Amino acid sequence: MSVFAVDIPYWGQSLLRVLGGTVAVLLPAGTIVYLFLFKMMSFMQSRLGPMEAGPYGSMQLVAEVGKWLQKEDLQPLRADKRIFKIAPLIVLVSTFILVAVVPFGPDAYFTNFQAGIFYALAVSSVSVLGILIAGWSSANKYSLLGGLRAAGQLIAYELPMVLAVIGVVIQAGTLNLQQIVVAQNAGEMFGWNGLGNPYLLTQFVGFVVFMISVQAELTQTPFDMPIAESELVSGYMTEYSGFRFLIFFIAEFANVGVFSLIAAVLFLGGWGIPFSWFGWHSMGDVDNWMNIVGPLIMVTKMIVLSFVVMWVRFSYPRLREDQLQRFAWKVLIPVSLLNIMVTAVLKVIF
Amino acid sequence: MGIAKDFKNGYLSGLGVTMKTFVKTVTPKKMGGGAATVQYPHEKEAPPIRARGVIALREDNCTSCMLCARSCPDWCIYIEGHKELAPPRRAGGAPRKVNKLDRFDIDYALCMYCGICVEVCPFDALFWSPEYEYSEPKIADLLHDKTKLGEWMETVPEYPELEAGAQKGKK
Repeated sequence: MSVFAVDIPYWGQSLLRVLGGTVAVLLPAGTIVYLFLFKMMSFMQSRLGPMEAGPYGSMQLVAEVGKWLQKEDLQPLRADKRIFKIAPLIVLVSTFILVAVVPFGPDAYFTNFQAGIFYALAVSSVSVLGILIAGWSSANKYSLLGGLRAAGQLIAYELPMVLAVIGVVIQAGTLNLQQIVVAQNAGEMFGWNGLGNPYLLTQFVGFVVFMISVQAELTQTPFDMPIAESELVSGYMTEYSGFRFLIFFIAEFANVGVFSLIAAVLFLGGWGIPFSWFGWHSMGDVDNWMNIVGPLIMVTKMIVLSFVVMWVRFSYPRLREDQLQRFAWKVLIPVSLLNIMVTAVLKVIF
Repeated sequence: MGIAKDFKNGYLSGLGVTMKTFVKTVTPKKMGGGAATVQYPHEKEAPPIRARGVIALREDNCTSCMLCARSCPDWCIYIEGHKELAPPRRAGGAPRKVNKLDRFDIDYALCMYCGICVEVCPFDALFWSPEYEYSEPKIADLLHDKTKLGEWMETVPEYPELEAGAQKGKK
């Protein structure tokens, strides 16, 4: 890796990547919580939200974290203590290993797997394990029901998500996230390359299916049966307090950020700008300054996409368990299968 | 057909409502926007004139008849009194017996603001005041004695004008 023609030793690169990964997980989580959960939700309910801590309540999150860290670390008497303690960490770690494949610029990436999107989709289900064992080890019927619901839901919505991505993979002809970005920005639509070929336009059905599945994977509101507070107290999080609850909380919103990043890479052209604007043709032509501008573009796209996720979250009531399963198996999966067929046929024709 | 209609009327208009509220809240107050709430300690909303904030006592009107204390569902009114002889109204008359209040306390830690005492008082000694800021660090301080209840009288608003065309009661 040589950013700005400076050779960085291997330990330096590793350190940079660890720091970058932490920033890439925690910064979106903080941004999303303050911007959307605290402020946008309040505005949508015609109130102002936190206003006292810092200007416009911007330090509220610091205050909340401070409060959580002071709380007692409780565990139920009959809980499976060790597993109970590990569970939130597993959920958070799955976010970190997910962000590892997201490219932020031509050279600004953590790893560049050949089958990056395959890895991302595989790793995204690790958080289900964390949630399931959190529910199971709590020795609480509400937690157990919540964990089981979460497992059922996440497995049901994993399928349409994978199937929606296959359309993108067929069109790009690669599993590598970096090359999917290049394929979108170097591409052209019907001979016109002014915008590149963001798959948002040509894979619109896939995009919609992907975003709905992401909403369900993140257990955001229309699909938040696992933590349905009116019937399950707080689902698998019921017994968690203090900083373990905080870790669940961070992981939830960091996951929103990371999934928005992945959606931005797959459908909105990732870190790139249409290559035709600067006369670039392939990866090799991209200027070095994209390593700085690229992350900014990614963050912008992430904020736009997580705005949509949160907007839907604040607008809709919760689906019932059977409606939720029916929607995945009877609507999303057939639609995404159809999308794959149509994409494949069109790919052969053009 | 049904699905398309549901989609438009349910899902899209639902998103529209939240977005409209969002835009209205973000718009500056001068331009007709702003939130429905106020930032309480910094700005205050004037309570409605008939709000049930606190009960005020006009001591002169009270005859310590105990109707309020007996009708109180929470038993939060404490009354003690004694009889006194007052000078006669006309020269040469017998001295009058009047009831004097020794104690009239309302425990606002118990009060549930039902207003039955105000309703039941036959001598117009109890009034609703819209004042609401009297919380205390100690729960015992929520017991307001007759001096304090008398001070609340200053905050009792004038009766509003009757609506046009409304008839006064025959009594």
